[in-house]
Amino acid sequence: MLRSIKPGIVILVAALLLAIPLVVNAGETLDSVKARGYLIVGVNGGLFGFGMPDEKGVWRGLDVDTGRAVAAGIFADPDKVKFVTLTTQTRFTALQSKEVDVLCRNATRTLTRETELGLNFVAVNYYDGQGFLIPKKLGVKSAKELDGASVCVLPGTTTEQNVADFFRTNKLTMKPVVIEQNTELNQAFFSGRCDCLTSDASQLAGIRAVAPNPDDYMILPDIISKEPLAPAVRHGDDQWRDIVDFCVLAMIAAEDLGISSKNVDEMLKNESPDVKRFLGVTPGNGKALGLDEKWAYNIIKKVGNYGEVFERNVGEETKLKLKRGLNAQWKDGGLMYAPPFK
Amino acid sequence: MNQANKTANVTNNIPFWHDPAKRGIVFQAAALLLVLMIGYYIFSNTQANLRRQSIATGYGFFGKEAGFEIGEPMISYSAADTYAKALLVGVLNTLKVSFAGILLTTLIGLFVGIARLSKNWLVSKLAQGYIEVLQNVPVLLQLFFWYGLFHNALPLPRNSISPLPGVFINNRGFYLPIPEAHPVYKWMLLALLAAFIISYLLKRWSKARQDLTGQTFPLFSSFLSLSIGMPLLVWLASGAPTGMDVPHLRGFNFIGGLSFSPEFGALLIGLVLYTSAFVAEIVRAGIQAVSHGQTEAAASIGLRPKLVLTLVILPQALRVIIPPLTNQMLNLTKNSSLAIAIGYPDFVAVANTTINQTGQAIEGVALIMIVYLIISLVTSAFMNWYNKRTALVER
Repeated sequence: MLRSIKPGIVILVAALLLAIPLVVNAGETLDSVKARGYLIVGVNGGLFGFGMPDEKGVWRGLDVDTGRAVAAGIFADPDKVKFVTLTTQTRFTALQSKEVDVLCRNATRTLTRETELGLNFVAVNYYDGQGFLIPKKLGVKSAKELDGASVCVLPGTTTEQNVADFFRTNKLTMKPVVIEQNTELNQAFFSGRCDCLTSDASQLAGIRAVAPNPDDYMILPDIISKEPLAPAVRHGDDQWRDIVDFCVLAMIAAEDLGISSKNVDEMLKNESPDVKRFLGVTPGNGKALGLDEKWAYNIIKKVGNYGEVFERNVGEETKLKLKRGLNAQWKDGGLMYAPPFK
Repeated sequence: MNQANKTANVTNNIPFWHDPAKRGIVFQAAALLLVLMIGYYIFSNTQANLRRQSIATGYGFFGKEAGFEIGEPMISYSAADTYAKALLVGVLNTLKVSFAGILLTTLIGLFVGIARLSKNWLVSKLAQGYIEVLQNVPVLLQLFFWYGLFHNALPLPRNSISPLPGVFINNRGFYLPIPEAHPVYKWMLLALLAAFIISYLLKRWSKARQDLTGQTFPLFSSFLSLSIGMPLLVWLASGAPTGMDVPHLRGFNFIGGLSFSPEFGALLIGLVLYTSAFVAEIVRAGIQAVSHGQTEAAASIGLRPKLVLTLVILPQALRVIIPPLTNQMLNLTKNSSLAIAIGYPDFVAVANTTINQTGQAIEGVALIMIVYLIISLVTSAFMNWYNKRTALVER
């Protein structure tokens, strides 16, 4: 007679056990990454130059290399990393729920994301800004002449809000056409459905590159927003935040110090105290971060300095043909500036 | 006496787990408890996790300024309005395309379904081809096809096609002239309403008369002439104002008049053609489910073929048609969320932007689910009511 009740009891007990909220031990992110043996990085997956697999299936891009740099800093191996493709909708949730350790997905640092979303953005790895791509035959020289225009918008970081702000500030009207898929949006723009297309300038360069005839299109000089794109981590683990922050900064500092993947072994013998500290010849930095003393050496040796990573992924030699601009070193009039490594 | 007591004792002594009725109650209660517990677990765990990660929750963002524009709002909307209003604009856009879609789908589906059964070889094969092709191509592809056709085949605004004076077609949309605002249109609307009421009374009167005398009354044609004639009379009586709001090119685009965007057009056509193919099959199945004997019996009492269809076949076929038809209507509504792929600003598109900007993904997705659930439940409640009306009343 007990047999007939038993399954019910089992289910009830199971339910009771489940009903106790799982108290996930906060733990140190570094420990769990080390225990797992690889780093998990959330990336774009479809953005040429920032995060996209190439035709052989190898991940390429500025954001991807940033993820590799963190892996190299921790494991001395840039390939101990798994890339997870995230959409604009899932990216922050994935980071919050610990599906990824770091988010390197061309995300703009904003106040609400830092506070209400519980994220910490680290050093900026690309200074972007929103602009307009127009067909040259439109005969427009400035974005302020776009009153009444149909605007193709790629829903992204904060694109829709920026463009609306710009038109409101200048007392102009617009008709947005918001299409989620890049290919469809590009099609609509190239066929003349919209007068202009707006997105981050780096993306506009990519879209112009795939136009039927790139020379028919131009990017207007107006940049209507600031988009500091930076990797992000969760609130609540300061050590992990420091590690990711300084892995990004190490690439920037290395370029500043004149260290590249090609000369890093020679630089080990360099007499400059800054270089010695940076490469771990004079120990201290590694211990402070909880990493191997060779962490920065490994990043530069295996991934490269910021200049190398920039040129390899988005620079003049690539399809995007982006100039360093704001992303040049501070000495060259850019914004890339790493604090002292001591 | 002793004997009776014993029997009573036996029935009372059956332990509850041997009594199927009581056991059933226990199991149902346990199942309910389980569902509630799982629900509570998910809810409380999410809440606890969000709090631990110091992520703001709740619908507080409703009152904040949305800060983004929406392509074709049905009510006046600007970027300075709140998120709540932006979402409402999205809901209205979803309702607009769903409502127009359901009407057109039902009409086309009914027509093609009946054509499919036609004795004319060409008509029936054409209908079959229509069904087979449209039913078997994924709806998303059809949307891309229509959208691509619209913006590739149609000219730019400066070289618009103008088939009639004041009507413009280009790859930014379809522009029609509409009458300028004038007080007479309000009265015309009232006249139309009055025509509907008179038609309804006429219907009751004619039914009573037919029950008494057997005489029929041309209801449909009188309904048609009333609902066209009465507003027309009002218009003529007020001096026939003819001021028109004609669309005209200014800057980059046409302004004024009534306009439909290519996004709306592509979405509507894609959804209607796809769903109507299914509806046609449902209509065919419904008609074929009525046994041929019914047709013969109706013919034998001297009903004309048209009356056989409207009085005998369709009322019985409707019983079979309505439930799956409801499903298709719900499908159309839900498929309208594919709008985001071709840039129509429906509810999902607006909600996505909201999620993007506020980062409140859980709230946003919950809202999307709730809104679609409500639309679907209301549609199916209406169809269930209609189904009850058409169901065979058995005596």
